[in-house]
Amino acid sequence: MKDTQTESTNRNGELVAFQVSGQDFCIDIMSVREIRGWTETTILPHAQDYVKGVINLRGAVVPVIDLSSRLGLGPTEPGPRHVIIITMIDGRTVGLLADVVSDILSVADAALQPVPDIASESARAYVSGVIATDQGMLRKIELARLLPASRPEVA
Amino acid sequence: MTLRVLAIDDSLTIRNLLHAALSEAGFEVHFAEDGSQGLERLEEADPHVVITDINMPVLDGFGFIESVRRQHPDRPVPILVLTTESSPALKERARRAGATGWIVKPFDEARLIGAIERVAAR
Amino acid sequence: MSGNDLREAFFQECEDLLEALQEGLQQIDSPEHDPETVHAVFRAVHSIKGGAGAFGLDALVQFAHRFETVLDRLREGEISADGPTIKLFYRAGDHLSDLVAMARSGDDAAEPDGAELLGALDELAGDAEDEDLSDLSFQPMTLDLDMIGAPDPDAACEKAGQSASGAARWLIDFTPTAALYASGNDPALLFRSLAQLGALTVHADTSGVAPLETAEPGPPGLRWQLELETDAALPDILAVFEFVEGMCGLEITPAADSLYGEDGPKPALPDNAAPGEATAIDAASASDPTAAANDETSPPADAGAGGPDGHDSAPPPATPANVPGSPPMNGPTNGGKATGAPQPTIRVNLDRVDRLINLVGELVIKEAMLAQSIAQLELPNDSSLHAGLDGLKQLAGDIQEGVMAIRAQPVKPMFQRMFRIVREAAAATGKQVRLDVQGEHTEVDKTVIERLVDPLTHMIRNAVDHGLETPEERLGAGKPAEGRVMLSAAHRSGRVMIEISDDGGGVDRERVRAIAERKGLVTPGADLTATEIDNLLFLPGFSSKDQVSNLSGRGVGLDVARSEIEALGGRVLITSRAGAGTTFSISLPLTLAVLEGMVVEVAGQTLVLPISVIQETLQPSSVAIHPLGRDSHVLANRGDLVPLVDLGARLGYRSEPPVLDDRVLLIVQLDNGRRGALVVDRIHDQRQVVIKSLERNYGQVKGVAAATILGDGRIALIIDPDEVIGAGAEPPPGDMPAAATG
Repeated sequence: MKDTQTESTNRNGELVAFQVSGQDFCIDIMSVREIRGWTETTILPHAQDYVKGVINLRGAVVPVIDLSSRLGLGPTEPGPRHVIIITMIDGRTVGLLADVVSDILSVADAALQPVPDIASESARAYVSGVIATDQGMLRKIELARLLPASRPEVA
Repeated sequence: MTLRVLAIDDSLTIRNLLHAALSEAGFEVHFAEDGSQGLERLEEADPHVVITDINMPVLDGFGFIESVRRQHPDRPVPILVLTTESSPALKERARRAGATGWIVKPFDEARLIGAIERVAAR
Repeated sequence: MSGNDLREAFFQECEDLLEALQEGLQQIDSPEHDPETVHAVFRAVHSIKGGAGAFGLDALVQFAHRFETVLDRLREGEISADGPTIKLFYRAGDHLSDLVAMARSGDDAAEPDGAELLGALDELAGDAEDEDLSDLSFQPMTLDLDMIGAPDPDAACEKAGQSASGAARWLIDFTPTAALYASGNDPALLFRSLAQLGALTVHADTSGVAPLETAEPGPPGLRWQLELETDAALPDILAVFEFVEGMCGLEITPAADSLYGEDGPKPALPDNAAPGEATAIDAASASDPTAAANDETSPPADAGAGGPDGHDSAPPPATPANVPGSPPMNGPTNGGKATGAPQPTIRVNLDRVDRLINLVGELVIKEAMLAQSIAQLELPNDSSLHAGLDGLKQLAGDIQEGVMAIRAQPVKPMFQRMFRIVREAAAATGKQVRLDVQGEHTEVDKTVIERLVDPLTHMIRNAVDHGLETPEERLGAGKPAEGRVMLSAAHRSGRVMIEISDDGGGVDRERVRAIAERKGLVTPGADLTATEIDNLLFLPGFSSKDQVSNLSGRGVGLDVARSEIEALGGRVLITSRAGAGTTFSISLPLTLAVLEGMVVEVAGQTLVLPISVIQETLQPSSVAIHPLGRDSHVLANRGDLVPLVDLGARLGYRSEPPVLDDRVLLIVQLDNGRRGALVVDRIHDQRQVVIKSLERNYGQVKGVAAATILGDGRIALIIDPDEVIGAGAEPPPGDMPAAATG
């Protein structure tokens, strides 16, 4: 397995940039535990369609969220080239399915701009700001909003 | 020569405290959890000094001391009674059983070591 | 051990002691109790006091002391354990438990008010309390100078010849009795201690038989005259004789001048010299028990003086464990009703155990992976690799079982806590309640127990608050005024069953339905079975503050209790009979770590079913399957009609397969006693699987109990057949509110 271990450090303002359905996104590097290649998931019954299932991460059961589907960009047909970004969100370990990790970059907070009003509803729901770069625009994902509001199926 | 102590108490806390204090003082400490076990351990431990609690299950401190004195009249090993009471009546009872002396709980380390050193022939 | 570790160890011991106390009180409360029980109760409180003293926990010491004083009177038969007294003891035990908790958390702001309790205890303590009050402060022992007959220390100091250096000279007249030797004391050691205080000269007086009034009758003792020059104060000198007071003649006087002049023998006492050596007195051998006891048959020299009465002529027993005679404060030493010697135990940090369990889990998975790889090699059956693998599998299994056993604990401590809950609930509601427990030695995983305490507390409280009637109502219904709550635990087919039942009035179903309808939890007039109505009690939002009857309050916390139990992989069932009472049955997994599972395949997914629920496997062609309604089927099995459920369809993996040929039916036993048939595609294997939490990173999934990792490293879901099939465990039909919010 091609693991790219990304040590979280104290360096401030570092972001992991990646692509989902051709669009550029990024998340705070502090949330990222590691980046793995795609592995087949075990499908969960009654799950939301953006939940791809669960994988075995060194003995822990970790759900994988299809970012494209979650962000309203259509479901991903994952293949060997896709990556799973392992993140910590509110004490939970969650894998995020993305097309490719493009960069790790340092951006001052000042460069983070509010989401333009014209953005779609689903984009505004998960994107906390945008960053203009030479190549275009990075959308910063607010990880906490990706998960369902409550754990599903408690009833 | 390392001074060997056999400490008998049913309270784990007291055993822990004795262990901490006596090991620190460089003593070799053996433990038993009641008087009956104390009698069993007496031979192997061959202590210079025995410290025993009074209130214990199976065989209490008085019974333990009496048994030791009865079984080994030729070898009056010093036995110190650990007690939370300091009433003269209790001490008298301990002495009648054959106790050498007493240590009042909660003991401070210096007094504990001092009392042991005082009665230990080595 | 650091100081903190010692302290923590003390509090852990307190838990055990409080449990022993609680248990002992219950035994005392029962018609026939062993006198030893009172001693055990006394010792528990006494040990808490002793430990608390060591850590300076004054409030705890003080209360434990008061309690202990009363228990001592009970032990001595001065008071009897009648009803009110036992009740007081229970309350005192609860209070002690609160004080321990308070001391542990360091939160002394929350000190429970024990004034009234103390008053009641003091009343029982009677005069005994006054005598012992001096012990409360636990000041280090100070010598009672009067007992030794020494002069007033201040006056003595004035009289003592003060040297230029501030040192004073003291004359010490010391006559040991035989009892002193027999007690393990030794004049040589006393002299050694004195010599540490200053310059000591020792003179042995052999002149005659002990003439002193203080001497015990017995063999003649030596009389020692000592001269000590020291700057130590009199109390320090007296402290040397602390242990021998009463076993010697002792007179300490300030020296005006040397007693002995220049020609008196003044051997300086070497540190390790015995008095006999220093003075070479014949009489030494006569008074020395060491010498006397050379003759094995003769009684010790201290007969009648310090030895135990009546045992002197008895030969020492051959085995040390066989102690003749009854110790004064205990029951039988061996072979009696007293429990046998407890197994030695060690306390281990739970992290270490959990780490071990995780490692064993990994080992089991690795073993499975290895087995899979070897299977792919298609080796001949007699290959030594197979035998080796089987051996490894066996070992891994044994290790796993052994490690799991470390975590298993009896439910007893948890059950013990419920007595207090019942007492408090009874007191709050004015009801008379007796709690009976059964199966308290049933062992369950520690984590299961810990997480079960809260829901169990809820349910016990509910049983008292709302299950039982008031004494008047009970008498009116022809029942005894005292209600009963029964708490039991038992192992049943690989799970633990815990039942809480009361002999109250049962669920008032009309009222429950009315409340549920009013709250919009069910459609008015819906066709509900009795079980369905009873299960309404578990619905979130069933209970409310504007409850009009005590019954409606039964719902308080029950929904929460149920979800806590379900989070443990458990289930709760309620059964109730009007006028006879209500029973809550909790079914729990034995352990949260492993499961004996059947690995099956459904719609391309690998799934695991707990072996414990599978009754039999069938070929669809061998049974009669009948349609029932539009989409449902049942099959006839052993005289029952069993609902048929396609596992793949129920989990949303596929639509209902039209043909069942080539598939397999699993007959499963459900918690409510009913059965169901699950359709799967294939049975792969039967194996022990390591349970992995799905909730930790994701959440609960309907129909899924947990997850596991198979030999290929993939995750397989562990199915909860009750949730998949169990319409009976489902909330009743009707207009249910959307899924509960988290």
